[in-house]
Amino acid sequence: MSAIRLPTPLRGYADGQKEVVIDADTVGQALSDLAQRYPGLRPHLFDDQGALRQYVNVFVNDEDLRSLKGDATPLKAEDRLTIVPSIAGGA
Amino acid sequence: MTRLILTQDLMQSIREHGEQFYPEEGAGLILGHHDDHERRAVRLVPLRNTFESGERYHRYMIDARDMMAAEDLADELNLDLIGIFHSHPDHPAEPSEFDRQWALPWYSYVITRIEAGAAKESRCWRLAEDRAAFVEEDLNTHDV
Repeated sequence: MSAIRLPTPLRGYADGQKEVVIDADTVGQALSDLAQRYPGLRPHLFDDQGALRQYVNVFVNDEDLRSLKGDATPLKAEDRLTIVPSIAGGA
Repeated sequence: MTRLILTQDLMQSIREHGEQFYPEEGAGLILGHHDDHERRAVRLVPLRNTFESGERYHRYMIDARDMMAAEDLADELNLDLIGIFHSHPDHPAEPSEFDRQWALPWYSYVITRIEAGAAKESRCWRLAEDRAAFVEEDLNTHDV
C-alpha cells in the first residue's frame, strides 16, 4: 500500500484527506485508482486524453516522475507519492 | 467574502521580500490554519523566483521541489499550505491574465505592488472554482 499526498486545493475532492492510501503496482495505476475512487479529482489531474496535466508534478519519494519511467514506474509498498501543482504567475 | 488574516510582522516580511527582489518579482508560500470562512497565516516560506532570467521582471515560478519542501514543513508544524505571495514591480496589486491562467482555485494569492523599489498596497485574491476570474479576499492585518 502506497500513500499519495494531495496538495491542499485537491483535498476537498477526496473527503478532505491529506493522504490517500492506494494498493497499486505502478504510479499510473495508483493515479488512475485515485481518480476512480474520487472522480472529482480526475479533471484536475488528467486532460481530456487521459494524460497527466502539464501543471501537475508527481514525485515518487524525492524523484520527479518525469525523470523516472512515467506511468510505468513501479511502486513499492513503502513508497510515497506527492502531487505538487506548478505555481507561476506574474504582472 | 472570505478572509486571510496576517500579522503585521508577516505582512511586513512579504513587503520586504518584494522590495528585496525588485525590479524582479519575488514570491513565496504562506502556511497557516483554515476553515470555511477564514484563513490565518502562521509562517512564511520566502522563495527564489525560478522563472527564466530576463523575464522575472513580470513573471515568477516556484520550483516544484520548493513546494514539496514547504508541504513537508507544513506537516511538521501541523499547518497547511494556504496561499502564495508574489510582487508586481511597478504594476497594480491585481491579478493579470497570466496570473489567472496559472492559478489554482482554493489558494489565497497575496499580490504586493512595488513602486520604484518601495512596497505599496497588498491585496488578496482567490480564483473562482470555474477558473473564470479572481475574486478579492479580505486581507486583514493585525498587531499580534
